[in-house]
Amino acid sequence: MGLLSKKDAKLITDPLADNNPITIQVLGICSALAITAELKASLVMGIAVLFVLSVGNVVISLMRNIIPSKIRIIVQLIVVAALVIVVDQVLKAFAYELSKTLSVFVGLIITNCIIMGRFEAFALANGPWKSFLDGIGNALGYAVILIIVGFFRELLGSGTLFGIPVLGDPIEKTGVYAIGYENNGFMLMPPMALIVVGLIIWVQRSKNKALIED
Amino acid sequence: MSLKNKLHILKRKYRSKKMAPAFNALHTFLYLPNETTHNGTHIKAADDLKRTMNTVIMAMVPCLLFGMFNAGYQHHLALGEIQSVTGGLFSAEFWTLDNFMVGFWKIIPLVIVSYGVGLLIEFIFAIINKHEVEEGYLVTGMLVPLIVPIDIPLWMLAVAVVFGVVIGKEVFGGTGMNILNPALTIRAFLFFAYPTWMSGDKVWVHGAVERDQAIAGGQNLDAISGETILGALAQSKEVAYSTVDMFLGFIPGSVGETSTLLIILGGLFLVFSKIGSWRIMLSSVIGAIVMGLIFNQVVASGWIPESSNFYGLMSAPFWEHLIIGGFAFGTVFMATDPVTASQTNKGKWIYGFLVGFISIMIRVFNPAYPEGVMLAILLMNVFAPTIDHYVVQGNVKKRMKRVKVKTA
Repeated sequence: MGLLSKKDAKLITDPLADNNPITIQVLGICSALAITAELKASLVMGIAVLFVLSVGNVVISLMRNIIPSKIRIIVQLIVVAALVIVVDQVLKAFAYELSKTLSVFVGLIITNCIIMGRFEAFALANGPWKSFLDGIGNALGYAVILIIVGFFRELLGSGTLFGIPVLGDPIEKTGVYAIGYENNGFMLMPPMALIVVGLIIWVQRSKNKALIED
Repeated sequence: MSLKNKLHILKRKYRSKKMAPAFNALHTFLYLPNETTHNGTHIKAADDLKRTMNTVIMAMVPCLLFGMFNAGYQHHLALGEIQSVTGGLFSAEFWTLDNFMVGFWKIIPLVIVSYGVGLLIEFIFAIINKHEVEEGYLVTGMLVPLIVPIDIPLWMLAVAVVFGVVIGKEVFGGTGMNILNPALTIRAFLFFAYPTWMSGDKVWVHGAVERDQAIAGGQNLDAISGETILGALAQSKEVAYSTVDMFLGFIPGSVGETSTLLIILGGLFLVFSKIGSWRIMLSSVIGAIVMGLIFNQVVASGWIPESSNFYGLMSAPFWEHLIIGGFAFGTVFMATDPVTASQTNKGKWIYGFLVGFISIMIRVFNPAYPEGVMLAILLMNVFAPTIDHYVVQGNVKKRMKRVKVKTA
């Protein structure tokens, strides 16, 4: 990447794999379980968090020298809340159906630990450009896991991807349904999302043994 | 050269090779191991893990055989080809070769898939983790075919077994380390993943689902109802089976759980061979009776209107809960699993009591999950270590007090 120095590029690539907010830091699990039954919802959630986290990181980073440390949590909350309301309103205006699927979980981005975590751990101590990259990186790391989980859950649970049937029609019995395949209803339930996240963690750690903590 | 000698040679050849656990397991399973401890051991017990497992399997064989007869009997009865039993346990209508063969050809594939897939995974994990194959799956593999509906597609069973053994057992470290009973994990997976094959009034009789699809396809046939007793009670309907039939097991249900009589026999066998814990079995029955009595009392004192959704199941006499559904089977063969149950004696009483208590509670309050016993045992499996912890801590406290009194 010519645009970014090696150090800056690491801010983006690190959270994608070896310091992933979900699989390594185990943050933001709540929304990862709740909304990943559909790939579309996972993607939109990923984009929403990308927006909130990157902009929020920049805002906090710009204000980092004037925020009194005693009330910094409240200031951070106000910034997140403002950004989340923007996302929520945009979704309601342009993608109403989707905003209904995501329901409270858009609002709950406020409580997503990844966001407050990055504000506290990174934006308060670094400049706006670095904070921006850090926000992008962590949100992408979050989105990647959401999309992987959403892919498997929608494919195995409903036989569709982005709402398009890819395995045939379960009622007309075409495609793989003709030979007796059936959708796995368990995949649509949140517990299965937890298990899928667990399997991702398993695969990741058996590939990179350095990540295993005792 | 005999198979035994061949295995000996193979074993030596593959010693300290990657595939060694696979050969060792085959060898120990088929024969007594040819190496014994020569010194340093002072206690020699014959009941190793393999024998323990085989004892449990032996206790389940009557249920399996009865299940085969019952599968054929329910099938023919539903098709209207035979009359329902009249002569009690030794009814000639029931013990026919024809009945047996129908069940045999349906159930043996279930057993083969269950063992084949489950042991394959055990072997793979043993080879990857470089330990010996453990006997843990022997019982699970026999339990699984007994607790599923007879017409369950084999591929679903295979998927569920993979899930149950990997997620329910191997991720925790294999036999002896698991938190949840693997057989119930497999059943719970099937139940939540493929509910149309696991609940309702069609799945319990062989051929009922097919017949239903044929009717939907426009064929002029009579629909088969395999309505379960729990289903009928939940809708406050008349139950079509007599109490004796329920106790002896001439009722539709999962393959091996219908006959309370044979389950009791198996339970006694486990208790006398000291494999199963009588504390858990007894306290679980007590728990179920207490919950059943509470419900009966609620109905008797008129606190609940007859129009209520729970009225039917609540007003069922408390003892009836013990002989219908999977309660008896779960209590005797699943709740007593020594790995996932409480380990302390006092803990076993608490654990068993809550299994029975919660089973009946779920059964009554959520007719969508008629098999409350499955969920109750899984729930208590999770709490078993906590119960043990408090029992042990309580003991520690008591002893500390004693020490203080002495020194004071």
